[in-house]
Amino acid sequence: MAPRKTERILNLTICLLVSGRYLPKSRIREAVEGYHNLSDAAFERTFERDKDELRSLGVPIEVGSFDPLFDDEPGYRILSSEFALPTIDLDAEEAAVVGVAARVWRHANMAESTRSAIAKLRAAGVEPDASQLASLEPSVRASEPGFEMLWNAVLDRARVSFTYRDGSPRTLEPWGLTSFKGRWYVIGRDVDRTATRMFKLSRMTDLPRRVSRAGSYQVPADLDLRSLARSLAPREPTETAVLAIRTGKAPALARRGEPATSDVTLPAGFAVYAVGFGDLHSAAEEITQYAADVVVLEPAELRELVVRGLTAVAESVRAA
Amino acid sequence: MADAAAAFGITLKTLREDLSVLWMCGMPGLTPGDLIDIDMDAVDGEGVIHLSNADYLTRPLRLSADEALALVLALRTLREIAGPGKRDAVDRALKKLEAAAGNMPATDQATVAVTAARDDIQARVNDGLQRGKRLDLTYDVASRAETTRRMVDPLRVFVLDGYGYLEAWCYSAKALRTFRLDRIAAVEVTSVDVAPHEVQLKDLSTGWFEALKDAPLVTLDVQPSAAWIAEYYPTEAVTTRPGGGLIVSLHVTDPAWLRSLLLRLQGGARVLSPEGAGDSAAEAAREALDQYAVLLGTTAGV
Repeated sequence: MAPRKTERILNLTICLLVSGRYLPKSRIREAVEGYHNLSDAAFERTFERDKDELRSLGVPIEVGSFDPLFDDEPGYRILSSEFALPTIDLDAEEAAVVGVAARVWRHANMAESTRSAIAKLRAAGVEPDASQLASLEPSVRASEPGFEMLWNAVLDRARVSFTYRDGSPRTLEPWGLTSFKGRWYVIGRDVDRTATRMFKLSRMTDLPRRVSRAGSYQVPADLDLRSLARSLAPREPTETAVLAIRTGKAPALARRGEPATSDVTLPAGFAVYAVGFGDLHSAAEEITQYAADVVVLEPAELRELVVRGLTAVAESVRAA
Repeated sequence: MADAAAAFGITLKTLREDLSVLWMCGMPGLTPGDLIDIDMDAVDGEGVIHLSNADYLTRPLRLSADEALALVLALRTLREIAGPGKRDAVDRALKKLEAAAGNMPATDQATVAVTAARDDIQARVNDGLQRGKRLDLTYDVASRAETTRRMVDPLRVFVLDGYGYLEAWCYSAKALRTFRLDRIAAVEVTSVDVAPHEVQLKDLSTGWFEALKDAPLVTLDVQPSAAWIAEYYPTEAVTTRPGGGLIVSLHVTDPAWLRSLLLRLQGGARVLSPEGAGDSAAEAAREALDQYAVLLGTTAGV
């Protein structure tokens, strides 16, 4: 921020903070030196921008007009109880985990946001000390170009437009962002299709653009981003496959299963398991990677998919 | 001055400039008595900040929505690898922060899913890490599709791109190895102290791509059905083919990994180069087909 603007915004903040009552715009224009040499129109514009800026910094500006002296003009104030960070009392263990959180983000601006949050906590007396948890290093990355813009749009409740991989233009009211297997998704209401939709950021073919003012829509009060995110995860097992697994191989499959029996005569070194699966095709792909170490005994349709997959691999290389 | 600059992550020069702006601010009226008073001689001389006449700014500003959400998300990510022991502390800190954030927009507006270890395993790994004890590790090696047992000295637990990992000195490999936490089948904390190791831990900022860049390059002809691999794995180059489908080049450290990928894709990807890189997948597929024919009388091409 340019020094003159910083000075003006800080003086505006102090002015609204110390007055203790709603101040009308005309009073503010007199009191804050940075507004003195502006035309009426320039003052209106600058004042609006300054208020938006302060709100995005977390400064709560209240609008009201119950002061009888200025009853036909809205007034503005900042309540010091709302302005100040409430007392926050963290014990050593809690402060240590906050210290670890300070280094989680691998995204320049998000790291900066975390750092300024922690600078405020320090000023409030919290002493984050991550040294006792030095060997824990959680990280979150956000390399998708549209991430930062969408993050801010979510916080501001501003509509965005972008082009998706299928070439379709989309307009979205973004409700939230979720990361699954390291990839970011945005969830919200697709305005043209009037439906809840989820988009993968890496599949946007251009940078999202803001197409509305802040606060243009309401996020559903019962939004449960985590359960929406869970719908991305593999489905819960609903069916059971009977598999013969070579001892010590395909441990991830064997551990998921229960010992079972089969009428098929198996070569030495194989044991039979009943393993749950949710989706036939995903199960076939998973099993195919183990080649001769896993034999599908039942169901027949799963076995056919695996045999077909194996045949395609055998032939694709022969054709090359 | 140095402490303040460090706390805000700025240079001394920027801090000096900010202070000279702050010096011009104060109560409406802006007579000298209204202004915030900073002893600039002390700033430039002893490097100490004396600030007065600002009684209305004694408390820090509340967290902005952006700051609160960034911090909450960071804590929730830590929570996934904190183990049962430290998870309580994370939950308590989250609760206090959310209370302090007050009437903020819901901090539920962003979430990160992390695949990590079972509680009992995470607890033992973290215990070994904190007390510096060697671990007896039973681990599923995905590319070799088998379980291995080895002794390791734990060095770090980290989260990268949605998965939790243990980074440790492996006595079987005699090298630094990274183990996915959800593939640790069992772990015991031994009474042996970890030994010092001269190793460079992975730089998490660069993701997996940097670590792979010296590995041999494999180029695949990828059908549309398998195009997800170009998003899922770090790639060197991706070009779209006229008829749909992709040409994808990626670094492969372990031939067994490539074999299981080609099998998993069920013919959806074919090796273009180097020649022969796909042979072991085809051999494995033929061996499996022969086995089906013997066991169940199933013939290829059903």
